[in-house]
Parts: sequence; C-alpha cells; structure tokens
Amino acid sequence: MTSLRKLAYAAALAVCGLGAAGLPAEAQVKSATLDAVKKRGELNCGVDTGIPGFAFQDSTGKWKGLDVAYCRAIAAAVLGDAEKVKYVGVTTKVRFTVLQSGEIDVLIRDSTLTFTRDTQLNLSPIAVNFYAGQAFMVKKSLKVASSKELNGATICMLTGATLELNIADYGAANGIKINSLLFDKPEEAFAAAEAGRCDGYSDDSGSVAAARSTMKTPDDWMILPEIISKEPLGIFAREGDEKWGDILKWTHMILLTAEEMGVTKANADQIKASKPVDPFMQRLLGLDEDFSKQLGLDGAWSYRIIKAVGNYGEIYDEYFGPKALGLPRGTNNLWTKGGLQYALPLR
Amino acid sequence: MNFGFAFLSQRTGFDIPFHVVPWSTADSYGRALWVCLLNTLLAAAIGIVLGSLLGFLLGVMRLSANWLARSLSLAIIEIVRNTPQLLQIIFWYVVMIQALPPPRNGLALPGGMILSVRGLNMPSIEMGTAGLWPFLLLVASLCLVPVFRGLRRRRRVFGWAAPLLPAIALVVVLLSVDHLDYPTLRGFNYVGGVVVPPELIALVAGLSLYMSAFVAEIVRASLQGIAKGQREAASSLGLSGAQALFLVILPQALRVMIPQLTNQYLNLTKSTSLGAAIAYPELVQIYAGTVLNQTGRALETMFLVMIIFLGINLAISGFMAWYNARVAIVER
Repeated sequence: MTSLRKLAYAAALAVCGLGAAGLPAEAQVKSATLDAVKKRGELNCGVDTGIPGFAFQDSTGKWKGLDVAYCRAIAAAVLGDAEKVKYVGVTTKVRFTVLQSGEIDVLIRDSTLTFTRDTQLNLSPIAVNFYAGQAFMVKKSLKVASSKELNGATICMLTGATLELNIADYGAANGIKINSLLFDKPEEAFAAAEAGRCDGYSDDSGSVAAARSTMKTPDDWMILPEIISKEPLGIFAREGDEKWGDILKWTHMILLTAEEMGVTKANADQIKASKPVDPFMQRLLGLDEDFSKQLGLDGAWSYRIIKAVGNYGEIYDEYFGPKALGLPRGTNNLWTKGGLQYALPLR
Repeated sequence: MNFGFAFLSQRTGFDIPFHVVPWSTADSYGRALWVCLLNTLLAAAIGIVLGSLLGFLLGVMRLSANWLARSLSLAIIEIVRNTPQLLQIIFWYVVMIQALPPPRNGLALPGGMILSVRGLNMPSIEMGTAGLWPFLLLVASLCLVPVFRGLRRRRRVFGWAAPLLPAIALVVVLLSVDHLDYPTLRGFNYVGGVVVPPELIALVAGLSLYMSAFVAEIVRASLQGIAKGQREAASSLGLSGAQALFLVILPQALRVMIPQLTNQYLNLTKSTSLGAAIAYPELVQIYAGTVLNQTGRALETMFLVMIIFLGINLAISGFMAWYNARVAIVER
C-alpha cells in the first residue's frame, strides 16, 4: 500500500516535472519589444525624414513609401491595425543611436546592411527590402557619360552613411579624386546640388531616382550608368530580441510569398473564402492557427499584412513603378523573374 | 560596451571636403580630429575678429548723433538679435548658393580672385625653393620691433633697425616669391590657388553678424557707463568728438567690456558647431556625425568633442582673464 502510494506520488511528481519542463517551451515565445509594443498599443517605426519612394509625407501629412508600408505591415501583424504606427523621422546621422536607445522598435530607413553595423554597432540586420547600389546623378549640361569621368568633381551626399566611404574607395580604385560635400538631410543636399554647389548628387540608386524627381526640372539631370557599390537596404532591430526579429523577418517573407503565390490586397479575401487546399496558401492566409503561434501572434497576422499593404510587388509598383518614380524592378524582382528577392519557405 | 580610443588610429576612408592641413582618405580618425579641430578654430577665429570689429562699429553708431547711422544700427541689432542663429546661418548659405554664378561663369574679381557658387578662389603665393623661411623672417622681425624700439628710445646702437628691419624682411619675402598660382577653370572646378568654400563664408557671416549685435549692445552700455564728466573734460581740453571717443572714452570703456566680451567669444566658439547644418566640416559634423556613424563609438566621439570644446573655451577665457587683469585699473 505504502509502496503503491509512493509510486503514485513519484508518478505525479514526474508528470508535474515534465509539465514544468514543457512550460519554458511555451514561454520562449516572449519578446520584450513585442510586449512593449502591445502594451503601448503603437509601433514606433524609424523611417527616413523624407525621401520619395521610401518614406515621405504627402500633402495631407500622411506617411507613404516602401519603408512606411513595412511599418504598417508590422503594426497590422502585431497590433491588428496598420494605422497604429508612430513614425519617427530619423537622419542618417542619428538613426542607429535612436534604435539602440530604444526610442524606436524597428528601423526601416533605406539603410545598408553591413558587417560593421552588424558586429560593431550591435544591431541585428533582419532582411533586405530593397537591393540598391550607389549611383550618381549629374546635370546633363556637364556632358559626362560615365562616373569614371568625375575626376575633380564635387558631389553632394548625406553624411554618416556608407556613401562617402564608397566614393573614396571608388576614386582610389579608378585613380581619380571625387570630392564629397556632406549634408545632414536629403532636402539640404538636393538644394545644394540644384544650386550648382556640387556637380552632382550621389545616393543609393532608388534614392537617386527619388532625388531626380524632386529637382525643378528632372529632365536636366541624368543618372550615370555605373553602380559603384552594393547597397542591400533593409530592416534593422536591436540585438538580443530574437523573437521580435523573427516577427520582422517573417513580415518581409509574407510580403514576398504573397507576390510569389499571386495573392494581392484585392483577391486575398476571395482566395481565403475558397478554402485553399495548398498548405502554403493556408499558412500564408492564416488558416493554419498552430503555425502562427510559433511567432507569438494570432492566426490571422499574415492575412492582415496582405490586407493592409498588399504584396511586395504591389508596394513596389505603388512607389517605384511607372506611375511613381519609374524605377525598373531589376534586382528587386522576385527570384522567379530574374531578381534577387527570395522568400524563405513558409514551412 | 567597451570604452576605448583605439579606433583613433584606424583608417577613416572618407573625404573631408575642406581642410587647412593635408588630408587624404587613408588618414586615421586621430588625424581627422586634428583636421576638423583646425576647421573649427579657423571659423571661430575669423568670426571673433570680424564680429568684434562689426560690433564695435555698430555700438558706436548706435550712439551717433547722426540719425541715419543711429537708426540703421538699431535696425540691424534688433533684427539680428531676435532671430535664431541657426536660421541666419542657413539664410546666408541659401542666399549665397542661390545668388552666386556657377563655376563656369564665375565673377572675376580684382587680383585674380574668382567668386562662384564653389566659393572664393584666390591666387596662392608659391615660394619656390625658399619655402616658408622668408615668412618666418618677417614674423621674427616684427616680433623684434618692440626690442629695437626700446633701443632707439634709449638712443642705443641698432635703434635704426626698428622701422627698417620689417621693411627689409618684407622685401626679402617679395623677392623670394616664385610665382602666384592663379585659379583656372579645369574640368568641373577651379584648379590652383586656394579656395574659401561658401560653407565657411556663410558660417562666418552668420556667426560674426550674430555676435556683433550683442557686442554692439555691450559697447553701447559700456560707453554710456563712462561718467559724462569725462566727455566734458575731454572737450574742455579742446579734443574733437572722435579724439574724445578714441583717447578718453573707449580706453576706459574697454575695461568694463572685457568680461562680457569673453562670454560672447565663448558663445561664438560653441556656435561654430552649427556649421554642421550647412555642410561645413567642423568637429561636430565630422565627429558627432560621420565618425560616430562609421565606428559606432557614440560615447567616445561625444566625449572627445565635449572635451575639446571645453579646452578651447577654457583657453579663451583664461586669455581674456589675463588680459582683463592686465588692463584693470591698478588701485592703491
């Protein structure tokens, strides 16, 4: 009798122990940033202070752009409402400090993912939402056809970026000297270039196209054919919050997967209602509840992302397509169409 | 986070667009500190000199019997004093780069100078093989002038050298000039000579004009603070208005001004950091901007910039305190 009781106790203890061991697995889906965002009811999203294509305010003061769409997508996933975003416009100079200090939850500000930023600045590079390379824009009247002819030229650009390093390296590699004049804000740099203080403007290819669109007569300006660097622009989070990083990363993957599978803002409801049998499609549209729990989010998170901002291609078209800046998809196309945008499998 | 200054010996890899000492992208962060410290000091020094002169002029004009001079001075002081300094600096910069012609049709000024949106290009003096020695000789002879004047006063030997020595040195300098290097348009920009970039001009204009308004008020207050009897006594001795001002009133007023002027000089020095807003590569723009971003050393760069500004300002106030003590009335 007593030995039986002892056995029962032991069994009960073992069960409890197993249960307790099982608990941390559940508790692992915990993110300080996610909790803070949920508690605040608002996502603090660091974006550019104003550059067409990536992040800018329209005439009514509403934020728009590729990076802004990502902020909205994250808010939709995490908070259930794409409008619950506080946009924090940050300059190239302060962006990383603002992120490190916790003033923003995520930095999506056409920033290049680099070695130093990963290792030395203690930032966590999440995903590349735009493949660019540094390009030059000059006045057509200068009659320059290639950036190799820029010896002695002065180029306006932004301070605190990879740009000035690239230019120096490019000059050294080609045996020429390109002078750089450094500004804090894009609009100041544009104005100086416009006024002829510099011979041209240099930035990532997407931003150069944006800069050209803000010139008084964009037709006076041309973008030189050379791309002198690799600028994978993307999302940065603070180091040390893996789970929050996962949410950000998979938000990007959902946008790409949606385009890959032909799901758009417009047809998402229809496809969802038709009860798709494809397991990937089920996960994409949030019909597989267990799947989303891994992220610590509810089942419909991915569906809400698509409903809020559409898929990657839709966003690109809206801000860089022919009706906007007229920048060809190029490397930013899906891998299936010859580009570099490749979503990890939703599995 | 590990705190340390080892990064100062690392290679920078970026360009500093304006530098008074040689700079290349292969230089270290430590060298960058020196380069932009000199840029800061240059802007501060020119700003302090110009601002003091202009402030003096405005202050004296403010008390002038001439209605036009008085009102003009008042208008300038009130406008300058009551608008933000940063705004003024940006204003001068925008005005300059909008108004000046592109380099290809730069304005030719007398003496081979050319003014364009790229700045003021001036011919530089090339000394050939003689190098800087003639200049050193000139400086040395100027330094010796008081000594020789003392000798002359006491009718000692070599007294004749007081006026002659600098003149001889000047002739040596002129003779050893190899050629003047005139700026010429080649490719995108002017090559040769020296250039004062528009950023420096706008920064100095903004800083010195702003300071001059405050200096003007200090000058006015100090002049008014001199007892009326001093002026009356001067005129009773038959001194003219200008003579009374420069020989009797100003020397006394100067003593009262020095502590307040010191404040203004310190303020101007700190305000050179506003140059960052108009792409002038000074300490704050390069260190608190570029270097901070490239290295991620936020604490160290900020610490360096603060320590350096503290150092410069302590030096200025130390000098002014010494000068103040020197000119103070010795009371017995």
